[in-house]
Amino acid sequence: MNTIWILTKREFRSFFDSLIAYILLILFLGISGFFTWLFGSDVFFVGQASLRAFFMIAYWTLFFFIPALTMRLLAEEVRSGTIELLLTRAITDRQVVIGKFLSTLLLILVALVFTLPYVITIGSIGNLDVGAVICGYIGLTLMSAAYISIGLWASSITRNQIVAYLTALFIGVFFHLLFDMLASSFTGFFGQLFNGLSMRVHFDSISRGVIDTGDLVFFLSLIVLGIFLSEVSLSKRSLSN
Amino acid sequence: MDIIIENLTKKFGGQRAVDSISFEVKTGEILGFLGPNGAGKTTTMRMITNFITPSEGNIEVGGKSMNDASEDIKKHIGYLPENNPLYHDMPVIDYLEFVAGLQGIPKQDIPMRVVEMIKVTGLNAEKHKKIGELSKGFRQRVGLAQAIIHDPQILILDEPTSGLDPNQIVEIRKLIRELGQEKTVILSTHILPEVEATCDRILIINRGKIVADGSADSLRKQASGQEILKTRIEDGDPNAIFEALQGLPSVATVDFSDRQHNRFDIQSQVGSHSAKEVFQLCVKNKWTLTELIPTETKLEDIFRELTTN
Repeated sequence: MNTIWILTKREFRSFFDSLIAYILLILFLGISGFFTWLFGSDVFFVGQASLRAFFMIAYWTLFFFIPALTMRLLAEEVRSGTIELLLTRAITDRQVVIGKFLSTLLLILVALVFTLPYVITIGSIGNLDVGAVICGYIGLTLMSAAYISIGLWASSITRNQIVAYLTALFIGVFFHLLFDMLASSFTGFFGQLFNGLSMRVHFDSISRGVIDTGDLVFFLSLIVLGIFLSEVSLSKRSLSN
Repeated sequence: MDIIIENLTKKFGGQRAVDSISFEVKTGEILGFLGPNGAGKTTTMRMITNFITPSEGNIEVGGKSMNDASEDIKKHIGYLPENNPLYHDMPVIDYLEFVAGLQGIPKQDIPMRVVEMIKVTGLNAEKHKKIGELSKGFRQRVGLAQAIIHDPQILILDEPTSGLDPNQIVEIRKLIRELGQEKTVILSTHILPEVEATCDRILIINRGKIVADGSADSLRKQASGQEILKTRIEDGDPNAIFEALQGLPSVATVDFSDRQHNRFDIQSQVGSHSAKEVFQLCVKNKWTLTELIPTETKLEDIFRELTTN
């Protein structure tokens, strides 16, 4: 849909105009590079031709960075009043929300593309399991999409960007950490439940190269839920404000 | 495109910001919204542009109801909101191209439309600057440009000359009048002379209700038919003159505006004019009439009368 692409393009460019994109890219690549090649369980330390180190560090850096990208998406529009112009044009709330979602996902994809040199390098010095690498990137992308969706919703319920960031992070912590911890403390029904809600479980599963319907359902549900709730938020604002 | 508003109401919590207002605007008409701050002008405009949903009432644009055809109607509306919100980190050209795209202008026509808008609003020297770098007056022009870039049938302008210098104001008013010839325009303002200069009809809103609806002339006629004559009558004792004036049949009240210099304010009875009687009175008593100035009831006064209670 052309409208969505226009919105996506504008928001994407705005990330760069406001320098957020540059900062993110430098930090993300810097930290990823450091832990993939130089420190901790880096490639040389482990001695295996795999990008596991990268995927493990990206699992955490993206978790912290994504809410920082999403926090201004809707909060800033509401605070500055530009939302009024956006919503009075012949476009739907859904298009606005999807445009913002896609623009952030596109930025994350750009960041991931910049890590392809890692793949090429390791591939050239060892026997790389390409399938696992592809699955790892898919896992990161799906995880990012889910957190972008949550962050977008958090941005839609407040005009304060810090509140948006903290709310997104708070919700994220449940999926990223807490459900996993609860899953190991419970057995039976609750154990299964928390297991199903845990990001780590689904991410690891995909990284291993097994794309299970359960995993897809998990990610897609979060993505769709976040986008849908953001839309609801937007129209509620119009109703009461 | 005609706009028909019926019993439009908006409640925020317990308060009625807009209280069952009804009016019409026809194609080619420029309607001015006048009202104190908080009267409900901006809320009404936000409902017409579908930013807010009404609590009650109907909005009909070009025969279609806003409830059923909002997407369709919005294509034909150009809106300049209060405070002119813009993306400060975008260059002017990029922003106008973005708006043009969103408003459905075909891709190949966009560059031409943007150039046209920049010309019409006088933004040529600023077109590559980021909006945040512009002065308020130029930002206002960008706001206007984005409102008219898709050549909409309807213009809703909330304080369009806010922040402009006197020269720019004249230009923008001229532009609005030109646009108003074929379009339907609603503009809101605090500046009373602007309403007279630009609008065909005036709607005065106070506390969510319409308190006046008509052209500037008809409002004046309605408000008070009592003419005020400012006079100076010399060569006579002020008190004697005062008494004599009060005795005239067409005079309602007399006031000293400057007793030392024999200046009086004479208010006529409703529908009467006292100039002739005053003149003849002076001739009869051999007083010298040196100043006789009729004053029209100012729009400001009508406004004050209707909106302060």
